[in-house]
Amino acid sequence: MKSSIYASLQRKIISITLVVSFAPLLILGGTIYYQFDRVYKDKIEEQMLYRARAQAEAVDLFLKERTAILSAMADTLSFQDLKQEENLSKVFQVINLRAGAFVDLGVIDNSGEHVAYVGPYNLKGLNYDQQPWFAEAMSKGLYISDVYMGFRRLPHFVIAVRRQENQQIWILRATVDPEIFGSIVRSAQLGKTGDAYILNKEGVYQTQPRFDGDILSEAILSTTMFGRSATVNKEINGQGRRLFYAGSWLKNNDWLLIISQDPEEEMGGLFATRNVEIAIIVGGIVAIVLMTVFTTRLAVTRLREADMRMNELNAQLVQSDKLTALGKMAVGVAHEINNPLAVIQQKIGWMEDLLAEEAFEKSQHLEEYISSIRKIDEHLERVRKIVHNMLGFVRRMEPHLEDVDINATLYQTIALLENSARINNIEIRTDLAPDLPIIAGDQAQLQQVFMNLISNAIDAVQKDGLIQVKSRQTDSSHIAVNIIDNGPGIPEKEQRKIFDPFFSTKSAEGKGTGLGLWVSHNIMEKMGGNITFSSQEGKGCTFFVTIPAIIPEKK
Amino acid sequence: MDSFRVLVVDDEQDFLETLVNRLNKRDMDAIGVLSGERALEEVKKKLFDAIILDIKMPGGMDGIEALREIKRIQPLAEVILLTGHASVETSIEGMKLGAFDYLLKPVKLEDLMMKLAEAFEKKDSHEQKIRKARIKDLMRFPGRVFDQEKEDKK
Repeated sequence: MKSSIYASLQRKIISITLVVSFAPLLILGGTIYYQFDRVYKDKIEEQMLYRARAQAEAVDLFLKERTAILSAMADTLSFQDLKQEENLSKVFQVINLRAGAFVDLGVIDNSGEHVAYVGPYNLKGLNYDQQPWFAEAMSKGLYISDVYMGFRRLPHFVIAVRRQENQQIWILRATVDPEIFGSIVRSAQLGKTGDAYILNKEGVYQTQPRFDGDILSEAILSTTMFGRSATVNKEINGQGRRLFYAGSWLKNNDWLLIISQDPEEEMGGLFATRNVEIAIIVGGIVAIVLMTVFTTRLAVTRLREADMRMNELNAQLVQSDKLTALGKMAVGVAHEINNPLAVIQQKIGWMEDLLAEEAFEKSQHLEEYISSIRKIDEHLERVRKIVHNMLGFVRRMEPHLEDVDINATLYQTIALLENSARINNIEIRTDLAPDLPIIAGDQAQLQQVFMNLISNAIDAVQKDGLIQVKSRQTDSSHIAVNIIDNGPGIPEKEQRKIFDPFFSTKSAEGKGTGLGLWVSHNIMEKMGGNITFSSQEGKGCTFFVTIPAIIPEKK
Repeated sequence: MDSFRVLVVDDEQDFLETLVNRLNKRDMDAIGVLSGERALEEVKKKLFDAIILDIKMPGGMDGIEALREIKRIQPLAEVILLTGHASVETSIEGMKLGAFDYLLKPVKLEDLMMKLAEAFEKKDSHEQKIRKARIKDLMRFPGRVFDQEKEDKK
């Protein structure tokens, strides 16, 4: 019960301390991390957006350049000229020289007939009437196709320019080198995880991405999540990784240029910082927990010890009060008993005197009378002794002071008791400090105390044992005398009572009055010292007498 | 030889009677009185060898006062005080006033007899000393007559 109070107190202190110290630590850590993370991400997003926009502009410019040169050629040259493959070849050379990245060049008449062609594929004479780009180019005048396979069975896209020449409508068409185009797009790739590619409106790859699919396959990414202007999105890619995507629409076409980046790579610095921060916080938490537990335990232990000391002190006070009260009562009773006792004693004595007279000698029960009277007398003597013992310490209420040699007093006392010890084969061993000071005290009273304790020890040991008597100066103002026996010890339930008056463990009738320890205790209290003991059942008992070492005044 | 004359002063009638009887039985000339006042009357009438005086007598003259008066009237009578524990200090004071000794109540008759014997011995030697001194005195001043009464009052 008692210990659970301390345990719960300890728990409370620890939890409150931890909450109070963790809260700001975690809030601070979280805030710093959040701010860091936000700033970092903003910066990355900004950077990616910028790169996407710049790249889109570069690609736009590339296409515009190609379109412009093709338009210029179509506008300045006639159908008749270009039908001649010699002329077309010359034009092809010029545009490749001025702009570059063209794979082939062809002229298609309004029926879709490929009338002239310069390039590595054998496409002359094919009819494009059914091709989707042809219709677009015919209606819009200028058309850049999505990537498609076409007749050549290779992914490519074309730029077609329509020319109206009198009644004649024809188309100048060029194929852009997908390798060169792809490499321009890919130049925006960054690091190990960065990617850059183009999607058409339907989300089909227009250039070969670095990861996640092939050209002309459909991307997981939906183009609808990117608004008209450049935006950044976070999406999970095919491998379950979270990526940052920045997209920017190309103006001339409905193409979307996308740059993707693994934030882990970009934010490596931040993560390193975060890890350091987490390590510091965890370290701090561990240190705080350890310190809190340690200091709380220490404090609670101290508190418990202090409480225990106080309880002991209280118990001693209660004990002391009890003894004083009992003492007063006992003394009162003893006084009252004294007078009738004196009368009884005299009457018995008188009866004895009278019985000795001749007239009674013939009485039948004379012997009985005499032995009864003797018995009464004997028991009266016991009562008288009890009363004397009880009142013994009242006599000379103020201990008078004389020079006392503690060791000499001990030797004297032991000498008085040595006989009874020897008869019972009990050794009394002395270990007395040789340099004890002579103190001012009441030798008779001290001797009475020593006598009580040593004779108690002899009675406790009974036969064949050892009693040790030690004296030491414990500090400048106290001398300790310890009397140690190896008798049976004092049972725990009796330990509280041993200083009570009339409490005796000596079973033999009339052997102990039960006053010795009580009187000794009172004597020592009056003297300003005390008697305590420690005993374990079966292992003997030690009495500790503390005597105030009052140095006598020099006469 | 005459019996020793003993006066017992105690307010406890039963105790007093019995003790007086027992002392008389032991060849003493003992009488008992119940108060200090009565004791003084007796002392004025008759010489005693020893007076056993209870120090604590409630009501009337107390033991110490009685002692002082007795010693004034009969300085040669040896006074043995009977005392309870509470009045030991008073007894010591009594010793200073010339009491022979004190005994703790309840007292065994054997102890009391022993004390009385000592008291008688002391008284005897004291008286002998006085006699010797008187003889020497007479040898030096043969004309002078020793006046016991006058001497006692000094």
